[in-house]
Amino acid sequence: MNKKEPLVRVMKRETIAGWKSWLFRAASIALALIVIAVFVFAIIGISPLNVYTLMWEGAFGNSIYFNDTLFFTAKLLCIAVALAPAFKMRFWNIGAEGQVLAGALATSLIMVYCSSLPAPLLYILMFVSAIVLSAIWGLIPAIFKAKWNVNETLFTLMMNYVAIQIVNYFYNKWRGAASALGKLNKGTKAGYLPTIFGSKEALMLLVVGVLTILMYLYLNKTKQGYEIAVVGESVNTAKYAGMDVKKVVVRTMLISGAVCGVCGFMTVAGQDHSISSASAGGYGFTSIIVAWLAKFNTMVMVLIALFVVFLEKGTNHITDAFAGFDDSASKIVIGIMLFFVIGCEFFINYKLSFFRFRKGEK
Amino acid sequence: MGQKEAIQMKNITKRFGSTIANHNVDFEVREGEILSLLGENGSGKTTLMNMLSGIYYPDEGEIFVKGQKVLIRSPHDAFELGIGMIHQHFKLVDVFTAAENVVLGLKHKKTRKEINDSIETICKKYGFDINPNQKVYDMSVAQKQTLEIIKVLYRGADFLILDEPTAVLTPQETDKLFAVLNNMRKDGKSMIIITHKLHEVLSISDRVTILRRGEFIGTVPTTEATEQSLTEMMVGKKVELNIERPEPENSKERLIIEHLSYINEEGVKVLDDINFTAKSGEILGIAGISGCGQKELLESIAGLLHPEHGSSITYINPDKEDHISLLHMNPRRIRQMGVSMSFVPEDRLGMGLVGSMGMIGNMLLQNYAESNSFLKMKKQAKIKAVKVKDKLDVVTPGINTPVRKLSGGNVQKVLVGRELGSNPTVLMTAYAVRGLDIHTSHTIYHLLNKQKKKGTAVIFVGEDLDVLMALSDRIMVMCGGRMNGILDARTTTKEEVGLRMTKIQEDGGADHE
Repeated sequence: MNKKEPLVRVMKRETIAGWKSWLFRAASIALALIVIAVFVFAIIGISPLNVYTLMWEGAFGNSIYFNDTLFFTAKLLCIAVALAPAFKMRFWNIGAEGQVLAGALATSLIMVYCSSLPAPLLYILMFVSAIVLSAIWGLIPAIFKAKWNVNETLFTLMMNYVAIQIVNYFYNKWRGAASALGKLNKGTKAGYLPTIFGSKEALMLLVVGVLTILMYLYLNKTKQGYEIAVVGESVNTAKYAGMDVKKVVVRTMLISGAVCGVCGFMTVAGQDHSISSASAGGYGFTSIIVAWLAKFNTMVMVLIALFVVFLEKGTNHITDAFAGFDDSASKIVIGIMLFFVIGCEFFINYKLSFFRFRKGEK
Repeated sequence: MGQKEAIQMKNITKRFGSTIANHNVDFEVREGEILSLLGENGSGKTTLMNMLSGIYYPDEGEIFVKGQKVLIRSPHDAFELGIGMIHQHFKLVDVFTAAENVVLGLKHKKTRKEINDSIETICKKYGFDINPNQKVYDMSVAQKQTLEIIKVLYRGADFLILDEPTAVLTPQETDKLFAVLNNMRKDGKSMIIITHKLHEVLSISDRVTILRRGEFIGTVPTTEATEQSLTEMMVGKKVELNIERPEPENSKERLIIEHLSYINEEGVKVLDDINFTAKSGEILGIAGISGCGQKELLESIAGLLHPEHGSSITYINPDKEDHISLLHMNPRRIRQMGVSMSFVPEDRLGMGLVGSMGMIGNMLLQNYAESNSFLKMKKQAKIKAVKVKDKLDVVTPGINTPVRKLSGGNVQKVLVGRELGSNPTVLMTAYAVRGLDIHTSHTIYHLLNKQKKKGTAVIFVGEDLDVLMALSDRIMVMCGGRMNGILDARTTTKEEVGLRMTKIQEDGGADHE
């Protein structure tokens, strides 16, 4: 027979030591950093060291950048936390963008039309209406899924566009003849969340931090969290155990939507004091990657969200400094990084065996 | 027997991570013989055969076909060498005809007629019976299996590997299959049969090769083997092979099923007017070709399906002897009404257990909802998990290891252990020993008998008629969603049961006690 033995074979690993898997992950990040450096050097010709110095500056260089990074990390984390229960249930909610916008819209509506209310009441009304509208945005696809088994992926995606168009409507209405909307309630500042510890971002960090911990406990320690895990694994098993699967689906999406509502509320009332179809800023989609990379563990999401925002802010800074490095280039950089980080999971789960090497060993 | 070696495997080793699936296994099959490959679950039979059929590649060792050293890197390589495998789960395209399935993937240019003719030639030669133009979705399980064999023969296979071929067949169909295998043997083909059924091993094969925990134990001529000797080689120690059948004591009605009918989502009437009672201290066997409504019957009783109006499912509480209707209740409602009923479903990881969770998480499944707390109560579940692990000798790295990673037998032990733990009044099991080795199977039979002695009403849906007849007190036979008689297991014959599985009798619903 003239056939040769296969050169490389893929074998599944049974187990891998914890430190070893982290070593793999660290190595993949290092490798990605090298490739990114080469890529950036190739298009704008700055040295790798400068690349990372610039990125570091962009993310943490001064207090403005630093606060920005913290805020956006919290925002991304908040949406990822919102997705965690839905994804754990294998309900592919890719409508976080729309759910956040719904919350942002509700907050803005109350800010604009109820601005004369006393402050505490106004805050409460803004907060509650944001949560309710976002929860409704999550609830509609959930009901269709539970009742008629309508595909939730398409449905939640479509709901994004509905939200974007409604927000555009109000944006144009409030903008009037001006070229852009600017801040809402510019004169009265009604509905603007107070700063705590002298920082606009602190409240956001606090709220998201608490949500992250609560969600972790909810998913891991409560009966409802257990039900979510069982439904996600097998609907038949859930039914066998006597769970009301429809109820679990609806309840979980209410929670997922509501947490998105918190994000929308905090964004409008705490940070932007304005609204546009970009209020969610695409984080409704980026958060999907964060949630997946963290394997739906909300604690791990903290690190990953920070990392993704660091990349984003860092490459934006390069874009600002060099004309040849545009927005697409910064997206490529993030893409390279994610490619390596996700690709590394393959090497954690499988190992390659090279036939020649093995023969040499003997 | 002066036959030549057809296939030889020498010093084969295959590892999966740290587990050694095959360790220095020597294996040979001769021309024109039927060789049985015997071993407990996880002994490496299927792994070994997968290396022969090109699905896995050995880490160490050599394979010879007709004296030539060969490398089998893919199923395609295996086919070129004339090795074909008939898997347990058929790999056929439902909407294609038999002939279309046979030529699927082949690159020759033949007309439909030529193909049909060659199929017919094969059928005549070996005694198959198949219509080349019949669609696969119209075929019975036995016909599908026949088609799989023809498919392999059409491609010119000289060596056939059959993975548990009789698991899904009635006794009559098994006889037919064995007749065909005999014809093929006469034609000089070599066949390897992976099976758990010892009496079949003894009746059909020439030699038996035994594996235990990935190691080659030995090959013996069938003429020198007995069920007892083979089991001892397989298990490595003496095993009691008799299934005991204690007399039912103090039998009382526990579950009364009347006029139970169910129409599934496709509008097919899969259960048609079923009537029976299950009694305490008794094992009621349910026989039938798989897919004749057994699954739907148990799921209807368990509250997972909603039977037609006019059906009646009544549970009789042993404490107060009061009657409770279970119709149109979900499993949780049933439990809340104080009904003590356990159900070991056919699909262990897809329905009975949560594969990604450990034993603790799976113990929780049964009564996590009972406490009033918002938090889940892990403590009791942990105690239960440890108890099941110790009592049933579950082999697992830890009670938190995902049960999906356990072997089939241990998965079933976790499930059965949990369901028996609640001391049920009614216990329903569906194919409780499917895919389990003889040792584990007997553990399960023993557990069922223990329940029976405790006064549980046991319903045992099975496929192996020998077991059904040895274990049950009464056997209800199902055929196409209808009940085809309830027989006394102590006096009936295998032929009678087999016949009723395939053909509705005049006295279809009548009780034969």
